Amino acid sequence: MTEQRKPETPAGRTSEGAPASLTHGAGASITMPARGPEPQPRGAVIRGNHPIDQAEAAKRFMAAPDHLAMHDQRLWDLRQKRDRQKDQIEEWEDLRQLASDIKTHTLTHLDTYLEMFEKNAKANGVHVHWAKDAADHNAIVLDILRSKNATRLIKSKSMLTEECGFREYAAEHGIEVVETDLGERIQQLDDEAPSHVVVPAVHKLRTDVAAVFAKTMGTDPNDSDVIHLAAHQRNHTRPLILSADAGMTGCNYAVAETGSVVVCTNEGNADLSANTTGLHIVSAGIEKIIPRLEDAAVFVRMLSRSALGSPITQYTSHFRGPRKGGEMHIIFVDNGRTDRLGLEKFWTSLKCIRCGACMNTCPVFRRSGGLSYGATYAGPIGLIIDPTFNRHKYSTLPFSSTMNGSCTNVCPVKINIHEQIAGWRQVLAENHEIPAFKKSMMKAAGMLLASPRLYRASLPLADSALRHLPRFIVYNRMNTWTRGREMPHVPKETFHQWYKKNRGRNGKKS
Amino acid sequence: MSTDSRTAIFAAIRANRPNIQPPLPDVPLFDTDAPADLVPSFVTMLEKMGGSVLEAKNSDPVAALRAAITDKGIIATCVPELHGDPSLQIRTIRPDMTPTSLADVEIGVVRAAFGVAETGSVCLTDDELIVNTAGFLPQHLIVLLDPKQIVANLHHAYNRPEMRDHNYAVFQTGPSATADIEGVLIHGAQGVRSLRVLFCPATAQ
Repeated sequence: MTEQRKPETPAGRTSEGAPASLTHGAGASITMPARGPEPQPRGAVIRGNHPIDQAEAAKRFMAAPDHLAMHDQRLWDLRQKRDRQKDQIEEWEDLRQLASDIKTHTLTHLDTYLEMFEKNAKANGVHVHWAKDAADHNAIVLDILRSKNATRLIKSKSMLTEECGFREYAAEHGIEVVETDLGERIQQLDDEAPSHVVVPAVHKLRTDVAAVFAKTMGTDPNDSDVIHLAAHQRNHTRPLILSADAGMTGCNYAVAETGSVVVCTNEGNADLSANTTGLHIVSAGIEKIIPRLEDAAVFVRMLSRSALGSPITQYTSHFRGPRKGGEMHIIFVDNGRTDRLGLEKFWTSLKCIRCGACMNTCPVFRRSGGLSYGATYAGPIGLIIDPTFNRHKYSTLPFSSTMNGSCTNVCPVKINIHEQIAGWRQVLAENHEIPAFKKSMMKAAGMLLASPRLYRASLPLADSALRHLPRFIVYNRMNTWTRGREMPHVPKETFHQWYKKNRGRNGKKS
Repeated sequence: MSTDSRTAIFAAIRANRPNIQPPLPDVPLFDTDAPADLVPSFVTMLEKMGGSVLEAKNSDPVAALRAAITDKGIIATCVPELHGDPSLQIRTIRPDMTPTSLADVEIGVVRAAFGVAETGSVCLTDDELIVNTAGFLPQHLIVLLDPKQIVANLHHAYNRPEMRDHNYAVFQTGPSATADIEGVLIHGAQGVRSLRVLFCPATAQ
């Protein structure tokens, strides 16, 4: 392969920022400098059922400065765009509370609303299926496809089908799956999982995409102009879409009172996948149910604002029944969700609407990339969902957090994410799923923190030590905190020392 | 088996769901600050989302529509304001057309059921589109919208009867877009490359 040229189309065309016409919706609101080429750091090394070493993968991501800088900048911009959107909505906090309360009600009456949906969808002519796990889901989809002799399936983005390993299963059974979302298609062609629930290829530089397209579509590897890359994908995928036998979409909300499915995309690819062929298959987690259309308004108002800082996705599509002459199926999937419903401290994680706001705001996620988590769900929400799938394999993930609580603050359905992360640490420690070194450190810390007298006595010593110790002792291998970050400045005195000096015994200013 | 799975899933939900009875909250309409004339806010949001308004000179929207489609290649129309005319490459969309037969269309002309001022969205339904792919397979879209049919926000939008009556209804907001590569915004990801709204009262049919 020849040396790649420097990329030529930064997101912004001017030093002031991107032109106004190109800063709406999902686009970046800031000028991002041209970066790369640089070899793409890959995700966590998966070793069977061994616990994922997220820190190891994160270290490799941080060793790729262009990838790190772009990823961090892009996601932080999304977080800031989100803030600007919510500041324009006076009732934002009311909407969050409503969304959370609607989900609380629905999840505690899940059987009632699933039955209501089933009855109404059937009346609309929709086939309703039930899958207890991933294998069940995949077999049902294959059955439907075979009954129609379908071999090419066009598909819009769905985290559930990722969770079920559907693409690999379909390939093994002679079904050609064509992802129609640009980011998801890039990831499919690169044989890599999506790194983010909303922007699946956000960890890739444009030069990485040019290399993937050159290898798989025969385009010019040196042309990393984003406009050209997107055009290649449109032109390459369109004939596949037009000749497909079946279409598949995910489901953002399943409205019980109408039996309809709401799907949100920016590209319009759910509409294409659902309407172009005569067969529309919907994969939906059982927790996607909402009672009424008026509830959909609450979630739709917040989804894209939280995810991308955009008022709404370019397409918000409602499928209540098959198109004229077509067939529509919906598969409701459990795959561990009913178990999660029974976890007293963790069941509210089922409220998640997959907006990705917790990922965009998370300092660990922004600096390590979604693939470093080695699981379908990355970032803060992943830390509290992944262990429900496999407590051993994902036992290390709840420790990939600084516990700053920003995820909880931005969550549109008010999941107490950081508290659940702490909760999982406790559960995993009780179940002996944490490494011996971390355990001995935590035991020592536990003794210190349990005694106010010991703790206060230790602080000035530690602060003084941090001020005076040589760098190589503080920044050593045992102190994982200083890998990839600087220690904060050490205060000259502790709060208690300051308080005693300035406020004295009675708490009054001296 | 799907029926066995159904039984197992419902049994697990009933066994595991938290034993609390929180109420389903009422959802307010949040419209106290809505302006009396919703057209300017609709236009502002439409433009922010990458769409534009097709201006009608001399208050003649049909003339503006004709001017916008003349010599632009294959046109497909679902609206009575523009009739099919093979000599001008204008096709009338009919229910018996296959979805993929619209793949070669340059400009689709459709009517929206209503618009949403909060987001600049237009609601297209299967009745207006006749063939659903008319909304996204053409390269460009011109959407006729009655300015009286604009609602203040999404709460009002979800109260509209169209949301209960149609098998397919989409809130389309500006053109199809993607920013999946480094946040660079591209119009025309898989759907239409541009969307123009033409204000035009509905004609009695």
